Amino acid sequence: MTNHWTDIKNADVVLVMGGNPAEAHPCGFKWVIEAKLANRARLVVVDPRFTRTAAVADKFAQLRPGTDIAFLGGVIRHLLEKDAIQREYVTAYTNAPFLLRADYGFDDGLFTGYDEARRTYDKQTWAYDLDEHGFARVDPTLTDPRCVYQAMKRHYARYTPELVSSVTGVPVKDFEEICGLIASTARPDRAMTSLYALGWTQHSVGSQNIRAIAMIQLLLGNIGIPGGGVNALRGHSNIQGLTDLGVMSHLLPGYLTLPTEQDPDLATYLAKRTPKALRPGQMNYWQNYPKFFVSLLKAWYGAEARKENDFRYDWLPKNDKTYDILAAFELMAEGKINGYFCQGFNPLASVPDKAKLTGALSRLKYLVVIDPLETETSTFWKDHGEFNAVDPASIQTEVFRLPATCFAEEDGSLVNSGRWLQWHWKAADPPGEARGDPEIMAELFLAVRDLYLKEGGAFPDPVVKLPWPYQIPRAPSAGELAREFNGVALADVTDPKDKTKVLARAGEQLATFVHLRDDGSTAAGCWIFCGSWTQAGNQMARRDAADPTGLGNTPGWAWSWPANRRILYNRASADPAGRPWDPTRRFVFWNGKAWAGADVPDFKVDSPPDEGMAPFIMNAEGVGKLFALGGLVEGPFPEHYEPFETPLARNPFGRVISNPAARVYQRDRARLGTARDFPFVATTYRLTEHFHFWTKHTRIAAVLQPEAFVEIGEGLARLRGIRNGDRVVVRSGRGEIKVKAMVTRRIRTLAVQGQEVHTVGLPIHWGYEGLTRPGYLTNTLTPSVGDANIQTPEFKAFLVDVRKA
Amino acid sequence: MALQSLDVKNQSARTSTPPTARRTPEVAKLVDVSRCIGCKACQSACMEWNDLRDVVGVQEGSYTSPPDLSDQSWTLMRFHEEERDGALQWLIFKDGCLHCEDPGCLRACPAPGAIVQYSNGIVDFHEEQCIGCGYCTAGCPFDVPRLSGRDSKVYKCTLCSDRVAVGLEPACIKSCPTGALHFGSKQDMLFEAEERLGDLRERGFTRAAVYDPRGVGGTHVIHLLPHGDRPEAYGLPARPKVGLVQRAWRSGLARGVGVATLAGVLVAGLLHYMRYGPLDVPPGDRPDGEVKP
Repeated sequence: MTNHWTDIKNADVVLVMGGNPAEAHPCGFKWVIEAKLANRARLVVVDPRFTRTAAVADKFAQLRPGTDIAFLGGVIRHLLEKDAIQREYVTAYTNAPFLLRADYGFDDGLFTGYDEARRTYDKQTWAYDLDEHGFARVDPTLTDPRCVYQAMKRHYARYTPELVSSVTGVPVKDFEEICGLIASTARPDRAMTSLYALGWTQHSVGSQNIRAIAMIQLLLGNIGIPGGGVNALRGHSNIQGLTDLGVMSHLLPGYLTLPTEQDPDLATYLAKRTPKALRPGQMNYWQNYPKFFVSLLKAWYGAEARKENDFRYDWLPKNDKTYDILAAFELMAEGKINGYFCQGFNPLASVPDKAKLTGALSRLKYLVVIDPLETETSTFWKDHGEFNAVDPASIQTEVFRLPATCFAEEDGSLVNSGRWLQWHWKAADPPGEARGDPEIMAELFLAVRDLYLKEGGAFPDPVVKLPWPYQIPRAPSAGELAREFNGVALADVTDPKDKTKVLARAGEQLATFVHLRDDGSTAAGCWIFCGSWTQAGNQMARRDAADPTGLGNTPGWAWSWPANRRILYNRASADPAGRPWDPTRRFVFWNGKAWAGADVPDFKVDSPPDEGMAPFIMNAEGVGKLFALGGLVEGPFPEHYEPFETPLARNPFGRVISNPAARVYQRDRARLGTARDFPFVATTYRLTEHFHFWTKHTRIAAVLQPEAFVEIGEGLARLRGIRNGDRVVVRSGRGEIKVKAMVTRRIRTLAVQGQEVHTVGLPIHWGYEGLTRPGYLTNTLTPSVGDANIQTPEFKAFLVDVRKA
Repeated sequence: MALQSLDVKNQSARTSTPPTARRTPEVAKLVDVSRCIGCKACQSACMEWNDLRDVVGVQEGSYTSPPDLSDQSWTLMRFHEEERDGALQWLIFKDGCLHCEDPGCLRACPAPGAIVQYSNGIVDFHEEQCIGCGYCTAGCPFDVPRLSGRDSKVYKCTLCSDRVAVGLEPACIKSCPTGALHFGSKQDMLFEAEERLGDLRERGFTRAAVYDPRGVGGTHVIHLLPHGDRPEAYGLPARPKVGLVQRAWRSGLARGVGVATLAGVLVAGLLHYMRYGPLDVPPGDRPDGEVKP
């Protein structure tokens, strides 16, 4: 989230699209209710189904799964055509006035630079027109045909209400009413918050869905202000912490990136990742990348990391290709991965195409499952009758189960969607042999290190020389790890402006990442967490709920990254002269001497407004990007592409049907279905009664939602002669499941491009382990296709057929 | 019988004078239906606090689960789809005891002390006194109490009288994430509900109303209904009242007739004995009905 949960109460319009917070985030949803009560906010829900969020909405529209960009592109067109934008904000704080290269273009579904054979773009034309100093040329009047504003206007001119309606299935009247509600927040004294979750990310165009809302929020001046923002509602209590700590195949902690084989040494690696400012006088905060990265190497490799050995850069693994989850299971299916550690993860239920997964897991020599519960993955080899029909005798994979603890059985911090690190304390001892994950990993590490010490190996140094400074080596404590993430001064850190002023003494916990250095004098395991455990102690354990401004900003409650800042880009809550846009929501402003207010300014605190530094300090241009340059693989503007399985024969927006830059493996492409065999559009989701595949192990949750079902509309039910409560077969190109049918008016038949489109709703929570009625994994049906940028699977839009069982 | 800090002001089949030395404020639960998201946290908390575990049922084509109130489910979210003038609504209603000021169940109950009403308005069942006749289920205008198939006793929501007696809110209130459930003095809850009406009317629910039906003397669970003119849409009776039979049952007349009938039977029995003497049981005809050859 750019903002945070409590801040939702400040919104005037709450747009829920790509999410269902009343069901998936019921506790956080209280702030939506609060916005309605205290702020007379209007709640708008756009979703393929009438959900429990829709049940309390002021306006609902049902759209066809996978057409969010068509809808949002239509909103962009509406805002531009009606000039319903916050023009001063757009001119000063976005790249709308920036001129683009003359050779940038877009034609019939493709941007310039497409290589059809390799399904990739050469992105060099997606760039600014630079002057002789390397700065972008701008036109503050927004009239130059080459400026971003004009390019955007041209791009979205095609997204007329009529075409949007005919692609999404949303009636023109509803679409325009929603556009009006969204546009009402272009005024400086009104704010809209966007709440989304997997409903936007789990698409082959997932990243571009988020880009589209970011553009809308920039046009409305809704970023950096209370009640605004682009707010990702995370699906697990600590999934934000997972990404923060870089537990992804291409990331390092703090959103630093893992080196690749193209980065043979530290200098090359850093040069590629340390941007130069694209406008004069901009802060360009990522220029500090080397400080964050060297401090990370110092945190990991300690005294071994020295300037003369590139801080042991050579000890880091270098990616030769991507190892995202779809790639990993493809390699496993090919027999190229033969051992797999599965920690807090149930891929048989969560990675697309169960049959492919079963085949891949069956080729492993060993599988280690570290989990508190008996997952379907851990028993993938077991015959569960029709629900998991396998022949155990033919599967040679050796499965080890290491029971782990649940959250209430350990100390630690959880990072919530609003980036708050909240410490929690162990409440109970784990049962039986269960142990905490750090303990399990430490024991594994020590055993591997012993083997290297005893037997040697090809490259033992990164393992045998890794510092392991924990009091109990077999069980590093949460406190020790948290202090390591925060970082420590290894030598006295002095003020660059005044060398006699010591900012942190050697051995002290660092107070802020501003004190990090690239000379090896500081260590920090995750630079964005710097400040969470200082000399003053554990800041995450703070529980002061005081809200001095009444804006829901509670600086003494837990600790928020970065720098205890609660709303990102908050400099943008004031106009270019430093005055609050909305005098009733004074958040961060220039007080004559410095930036101050309710929050920690996301800015150089002593840079006066007339210096012209722009608010988006993490961007090299200092402004928000309506045009994303080369940031995303399929284009600088979001463009509507159909899901990989679509009920349509063509894409009404252009000649390219599906995302032209998405990677699809041959094996997976062969398993895609067509509308002729699978005429209905399916979408998967979660329900409020269950948490993923965990709570089916608890009795009460099992009582509240006992058995698998599929939701279908009355139109589809009539078509197939299905009555409420009937058992039905749902088939896709990957397999079939048998479930109960729930016939509902909450899913309507849509009119799309002159044809009837039926939506099929598939909740995911059941399986053959646990206390609910045993059933199939919904994952049997899902396609193994991912978002083109980060490979999040397309769980939200694919094709199925439904018949009476 | 009374909980330490709560006096009993009314109980089934007993006529003793209630204590009046101290005064307890009347309590109420306010269910703001417009803020309810049907998450079932209240159902879950009710089971947790009261040590109830309903069966893991089957999916019958509804979000309502379990399908009905039972001896193990004292509250239940009921989901109902309604389409009017082309607009779809998903009405979600928290079913359970309304704790009537004039409880039909208590009037109907013949078992002394099996149903009590505390001075704060909570109507509580004491199952150890329950004789399993089920009259209370007939007496309830809201179809709430459920006879258990396990022990032939009747169960329903206690409004967590055990928690309330020690100054805590009911478990469902504590668990509600959106503030759809409120708890406090009845006066405060009515005030809160009135406040909310303005917001609902401004959003187009011009018939929004507070459901606190007079026919049962008002209730200690009151509802804020967006469609206040149509309580039936939520499964609530439009004009609930305590039935004539139940009313008569607890009246002086009924009591008089009952006492006269009992006395009559006694006298008749005595006369019968004087005239015919004790009843002879023929040999072979055992009281358990078993006939020996």
